Amino acid sequence: MSFPWAEHYAPKHPVMQWMDEKLPLPRLVYNAIGAGYPVPRNLNYFWNFGVLAGLALVIQIVTGVIMAMHYGANDLVAFSTVEQTMRDVNAGWLMRYAHANGASFFFIVVYLHIFRGLYFGSYKAPREMVWLLGLVIFLLMMATAFMGYVLPWGQMSYWGAKVITGLFGAIPVVGEPIQTWLLGGFAPGNASLNRFFSLHFLLPFVIAGVIILHIWALHIPGSSNPTGVEVKGPQDTVPFHPYYTAKDGFGVGIFLICFALMLFFAPNFLGHPDNYIEANPLSTPAHIVPEWYFWPFYAILRAFTVDFFFVPAKLLGVLAMFSAILMLFFLPWLDTSPVRSGHYRPVFRKFFYILLIDVLILGYCGGAPAAEPYVMISQVAGAYYFAHFLIILPLISRFEKPLPLPNSITDAVLAKYATADGESAAVPAE
Amino acid sequence: MVRIGAFLVGLFFAGWLLISFLVGAAAYVSEPPQPTVEQEFHLNPKHVEFSFDGPFGKYDNRQLQRGFQVFKEVCSACHSLKFVAFRDLEAIGYNEAEVKAIAKQWAIKTPDVDPKTGEASTRDPVPADHFPKPFANNVAAAAANNNAIPPDLSLMTKARHHGSAYVYSLLTGFRDQQGYKNAKGEELLKEFPDAKTPEGLHFNPYFANLNLAMAPPLTAEGQVTYGDGTKPTVDQMAQDVAAFLTWTAEPKLENRRRAGLATLVFLLIATGLAYMSYQNIWADKKKRA
Amino acid sequence: MASVEHTDDTGLTGGEGVRRRDFINIAAVSFAGVGAVAVVLPLVDQMNPSADVLALASTEVDLSAIQPGQAIKTTFRSQPLFVRQLTDKEIAEADKVDMSTLRDPQTLEERTVDGKKQWLITMGVCTHLGCVPLGAGEGENRGEFGGYFCPCHGSSYDTAARIRKGPAPKNLEVPKYSFTSDTAILVG
Repeated sequence: MSFPWAEHYAPKHPVMQWMDEKLPLPRLVYNAIGAGYPVPRNLNYFWNFGVLAGLALVIQIVTGVIMAMHYGANDLVAFSTVEQTMRDVNAGWLMRYAHANGASFFFIVVYLHIFRGLYFGSYKAPREMVWLLGLVIFLLMMATAFMGYVLPWGQMSYWGAKVITGLFGAIPVVGEPIQTWLLGGFAPGNASLNRFFSLHFLLPFVIAGVIILHIWALHIPGSSNPTGVEVKGPQDTVPFHPYYTAKDGFGVGIFLICFALMLFFAPNFLGHPDNYIEANPLSTPAHIVPEWYFWPFYAILRAFTVDFFFVPAKLLGVLAMFSAILMLFFLPWLDTSPVRSGHYRPVFRKFFYILLIDVLILGYCGGAPAAEPYVMISQVAGAYYFAHFLIILPLISRFEKPLPLPNSITDAVLAKYATADGESAAVPAE
Repeated sequence: MVRIGAFLVGLFFAGWLLISFLVGAAAYVSEPPQPTVEQEFHLNPKHVEFSFDGPFGKYDNRQLQRGFQVFKEVCSACHSLKFVAFRDLEAIGYNEAEVKAIAKQWAIKTPDVDPKTGEASTRDPVPADHFPKPFANNVAAAAANNNAIPPDLSLMTKARHHGSAYVYSLLTGFRDQQGYKNAKGEELLKEFPDAKTPEGLHFNPYFANLNLAMAPPLTAEGQVTYGDGTKPTVDQMAQDVAAFLTWTAEPKLENRRRAGLATLVFLLIATGLAYMSYQNIWADKKKRA
Repeated sequence: MASVEHTDDTGLTGGEGVRRRDFINIAAVSFAGVGAVAVVLPLVDQMNPSADVLALASTEVDLSAIQPGQAIKTTFRSQPLFVRQLTDKEIAEADKVDMSTLRDPQTLEERTVDGKKQWLITMGVCTHLGCVPLGAGEGENRGEFGGYFCPCHGSSYDTAARIRKGPAPKNLEVPKYSFTSDTAILVG
């Protein structure tokens, strides 16, 4: 669907006309990310992260396919084939570092994309499906990243695989058989490595498929915008191309500069030294931590230290960790405020910033050793995390008095320029 | 319905976390955790300057060659360097003939199979070979080293935080535990009488658990004789071998930084152009009303 | 990156020629194009042989155990290499062949090192489609010209490993090699 004033695809060249009759792929692209997709004219830079996430996936697939060309999925050689790629393969160090850091950048971009959605209420009707599919992508990314981290078969790979599959062991009765089934053995080994490699290769393409659904679902209501006010007429939109392609081009440039700084000058900054030690089933590293993007969830997992009657603390931690993500699927029905954007929700906005800091604290504690005071801090921060989504948000949306909304996107834009001219305006600054 | 369920779930998780917090806090107050000997006496690596520090640093081939000499004459008796090949030495300034000679004269031989009998045998390494391991396997390594397996050194400086400084600090950090005091002036054996270094281990505050199986490998000035006239103090040898092991862990460091600089210059220009293009395309939409 | 590549309808090719504004757009898109090409280079280069493969690109062969009339099969660059010591009779047979009858005319001298005419070193790769010809092993079919015989499509090579019959277009390839002593060669 599109707005009635969307530009129509009208190929002039006979070849393009022929193509349009036989396989209207150019038409699809034109209507999806070309001039045929009208987009609110007031998107801010936080709306760049969707395209950047797509770029990050492309980087991961390209470098990943190349890494697979030089990788041996066998526990005897996996570590040394990765090292050989780094040392002997032409530009192999570049591919490996780009893939390892690319994963981190994918998550950075996706986290910003998610928090953008949280602040601006992008998950609300009529875009619930966009949000749900986005969460599916996020879950698939976490699975892919976890399995990918196992492949170099370093100490953190091995012990990460052992600890994370050990979570399933917490489930009563069926837990241990499930863990054994996942690993294809009683501990991570060649069988685990091979299945993780196979799935690690497959899942990115599944992600790409869900991304297509995500964009499809987005195009039905059209993009949201920082005011949260729906598009009312042609004056509120601009064609995606050239306006947002140009803006995204600039965003891509900034992203690549950040990526290049990390990749070429601090490629191991986000990694863990222990993963440069080959996997050793007889010796556990002093301090097992997952990659940074799992830290907030890891902190929640470890925060449960007290058994709840007959439910062991370990199982509670596992349930809480999965709930921490799965509850986000209910978010569109928990936050019932008709106002989308945090700009016009003074109370919501305060709690949003508390949540942001809370997640950063959880992340810090998740990366820290499992000792006091970090466990106590993550208990308080974890309590807030659950309370925020499950208790506070529904209450706010019931009792908060939102600020007056602008009549239309164009009104908001004009008011903003008026502010820039030194006049007062009803619209808070971004 | 969703909201009622969510409220109950939220109340449960948040509530139980707060109860866990209270239980933990009570324990923390009634029995504050005792500092461990590692917390009190472990030292972070010393500050040491290398030519490859900073974003544009480069390896100093003369230093790497000296470090290689230390590795050859001291470390290689026990430690393997299995991801590095003799041919790689060309990158630190040896020519093809020198590499061939180094490989041929290497004290440890490359395992092979006798082409006539099929029995295991050994031969002189060639440049294409990786550095042969001093022990056939972990069991042999442990048996010969008081049950401690000397780790492979190829990636050592990447496998530790601040690896280059760590290797240097460790090599120069062996101390007599008797009377050892930390910066606060606490004496280790008085504070932790149980933490006495066991027989066969060696006290070193730069090692994670303070007691290291390796005996001090660099003990006396002049342990190796440098061809370039550098004075082989223990400190110098430790720095040189730390530099060499930085190179073995990250041989492509210079390529990486060069490529990075070119990429950044390109990206800055391209992004500048992209910004101008973006402004220019939006010019008519951003006109004031 | 792909998002900035279609700039046609922003007025790049207006009748009044390229204006300054358009120039910036063209420059930005061109830069993106140059960047994309520069990225492709390492992506392609990584498929070339890696340093460890290239390091194995030369092979030493000990000739001392090969008697006249015998051949050994060894490997060079992961492909079979035939090393044969010719008998006087085989040398004579190779020498008496009329050059004009050969598909790929070469004398035995041209295919061996000066003064070491009895040492015939060739790749064991049929020049037709790359099978390994028979004849290097003891008792194998050496074909009707007494050299090598490829069982895949019946190419026959003579005692100087020149193609004489069958579909192969060229003689068996002689790799670059040199004698490091009287009884050892270095191939590659």
